[in-house]
Amino acid sequence: MPSETTQRSNYLEKPKTFAALREDILSRRVKAADLALSYYERIEQINGSLNIYLNLTRDRAIAQAERVDDAVAKGDPVGPLAGIPVGIKDVLVTRGAPSTAGSKILKGYKPPYDATAVSRLEAAGAVVLGKLNCDEFAMGSSNENSAYGPVRNPVDPERVPGGSSGGSAAAVAANLAVATLGTDTGGSIRQPASFCGVVGVLPTYGRVSRYGLIAFASSLDRVGPFASNVRDAATVLSVIAGQDPSDATSSTAPVADYAAESDKGADGLRIGVPEEYFGEGLDPEVREQIENGIAALKTAGCKVQPIALPHTRFAIPAYYLVATAEASANLARFDGVRYGYRSPSSNTLSDMYSHSRDEGFGAEVKRRIMLGTYALSAGYYDAYYLKAQKVRRLLAEEFLRAFADVDAIVTPTAPTAAFKIGEKSGDPLAMYLADIYTVTASLAGICGVTVPCGATKAGLPVGMQVLASHMNEGTAFRVARAVEAAQVQEQGSSCNSASQSPRGSQF
Amino acid sequence: MSSNVTKEEVERVAELAHLNLTPEETGSMVHDLNAILDYVAQLDQLDTTMVEPLAQVSELNSASEARPLRDDVISPSLDRAEVMSEAPDSNGSFFRVPKVIER
Repeated sequence: MPSETTQRSNYLEKPKTFAALREDILSRRVKAADLALSYYERIEQINGSLNIYLNLTRDRAIAQAERVDDAVAKGDPVGPLAGIPVGIKDVLVTRGAPSTAGSKILKGYKPPYDATAVSRLEAAGAVVLGKLNCDEFAMGSSNENSAYGPVRNPVDPERVPGGSSGGSAAAVAANLAVATLGTDTGGSIRQPASFCGVVGVLPTYGRVSRYGLIAFASSLDRVGPFASNVRDAATVLSVIAGQDPSDATSSTAPVADYAAESDKGADGLRIGVPEEYFGEGLDPEVREQIENGIAALKTAGCKVQPIALPHTRFAIPAYYLVATAEASANLARFDGVRYGYRSPSSNTLSDMYSHSRDEGFGAEVKRRIMLGTYALSAGYYDAYYLKAQKVRRLLAEEFLRAFADVDAIVTPTAPTAAFKIGEKSGDPLAMYLADIYTVTASLAGICGVTVPCGATKAGLPVGMQVLASHMNEGTAFRVARAVEAAQVQEQGSSCNSASQSPRGSQF
Repeated sequence: MSSNVTKEEVERVAELAHLNLTPEETGSMVHDLNAILDYVAQLDQLDTTMVEPLAQVSELNSASEARPLRDDVISPSLDRAEVMSEAPDSNGSFFRVPKVIER
C-alpha cells in the first residue's frame, strides 16, 4: 500500500487546471486541506534547490482550506477559487506574515494589513501557501537582486527564472502553486512568465488595486496573475480586478468574466505585428517560434497585418528615467523610523537615516535611487524627468493610433530565452535591455498577456506577448488562447513538427 | 543632456537621497550613472517641444471616468498597537529616534 504521502504527491505529478481541482474538491474526492498539505510536501522537497518561497503561511493556509472543506461538507456555496493553492510575490503585504519585498531592510517585517489583491483571492476561497522570492523592491530582470538569493529556473536550474517576479513564475512552472500573484512595472510579470514557460497577465493600469503593494513606481506598478494556462489566469484576474476605495487610481470600469471572454475564440480578430520588435538583438530561435505562433493565429482566423511603432527604441531610456524617479521618492519611506531595519551605529537622526538605508538596501536599489534622485534634482529635472514624460506620451499615443486599426498586437515577450545565472549581473545596462519589448506597454498603461509559444532547440521556453488597448483584457485572452491551443495541438501531434517543445520543469 | 557625472556630484546626490555610500560604492556609482546617462541621452534625438508630459495614464483610458473626490467620512484606521509593534523603537504611542537637536 502506498503511504498517504505518496498518494498525495502522485496527485500532483502533473499540474491540474482549476476546473479539475474544483471538481475534485466539490465532489469531496479531495479535501482542500489535503491538497494544501500535498503542496507543502512538494515545497519541502523542491524549494531548497530552487529558492522559490521565502516564507510559508502554513497555519493560515490550513485554516482557510478547512473552511472550504467545511462549507463543501455542509453544501454551502463556495467561491470561484475554493481550495486553490496560490503563492504571493513578497512585495504584496500579508497581515502578520513576513513581507520583505526581497530586501534586507524589511527582514522580518509583519504588516498590519493585507493587500487588496490578496484579500480578494482569499474571499474567493483561495489558499495562500506562502510568499514568493523576487528581486529587491521588484527591481531586476533575473531575480539575482533578491537579498535572499536568486531563484533558479525549474526548466534549467543553471538559468535565471527572469524577474522581478521570478518566484511567482517559477512556482507555477515547478507546480509549487496552482496560480500566483506577481507585479509588473516594466515587464516583471511577462518576462519571467516567458522564461519559465507559463502564462502571465499584465492588467490595464488601474484594473487591479495596488493597495498593499510595496510601491516601486506608482504610475507604472500593476498586480497580475500567473497560471499554467490562459483560462485559469483569466479566472484569477476576474477575482482580483475592480475598484478599491483604498487605491484612488483603481478604475470603476465593470469587471468582465475574463475566462468566459477567453472562450470566444480569435476568429476575425485583427492582429498587428510591429516590425520594431523583430530587429537587431532578437534571438533567431525566438523569432522562429514567434513566427510559428503568428502562423497559428492566421490558421485560427485572425487577420494579421504589419504595423509600425517607430518610437519603440526610445522606451527603455524613457522607462528607466520615469521608473527610477518615482522609485527614489517611494523608497524615501524606508528610513529606520516606522518599520524595518534601523542601523544600530548612529547617534544622530540624519546618520540613522543614511546608515539604515545604506546597510539595508542592495546595490541595484541604490543605483536606481541615485539615478532617480539625479534625474529629479535641480538643473536636471527638465532634461531628464520631464523629457522622459514627454516621450512617454509619444509612446502611448502611438499605441492608441495602432489600436484604431488592430484589436491586438503580438510580439516576442523577451529578445532571448532564459539566460544563465551571472551572465548579465555585472552590467546594469545589459540587464535593462532584457525589458526592451515589455516597457512600452508599461509606459502606455495598456494590458497584455504572455503565453508560451514553442521553445529554443535547447528546450528553453519562448513566450509571445499579446497586447490590447486599455481595459480590453478579454481580447488579449482570446488571442492568447488561440496561441495556446496551437501549442497543445503541436505537442500532441508527435515529433515530426518543425517546432520545438519546451522541456518543462525538471521537478 | 549629455553629461559627465563627477565624484562630487555623486556625493551630493547621495546626500540628497540619504545614502551613506562607501568610497568603493561611490566609485562604481560614478561609472554606472555615466553609462546609463550616456544611453538615455538618445532621447535628445526626439523633438518634444510641442509635447505635453504624461505623468500617468488614466487620462488616456476612455473606460476610466473623471471621479469626484470621495466623501470625507471617518473610517477605522489600522490598529495602533499592531502598527507600533513593528517599529524599531517606540514607546507604544510614538516612534522614538535619536536626538534631533543638540543642546
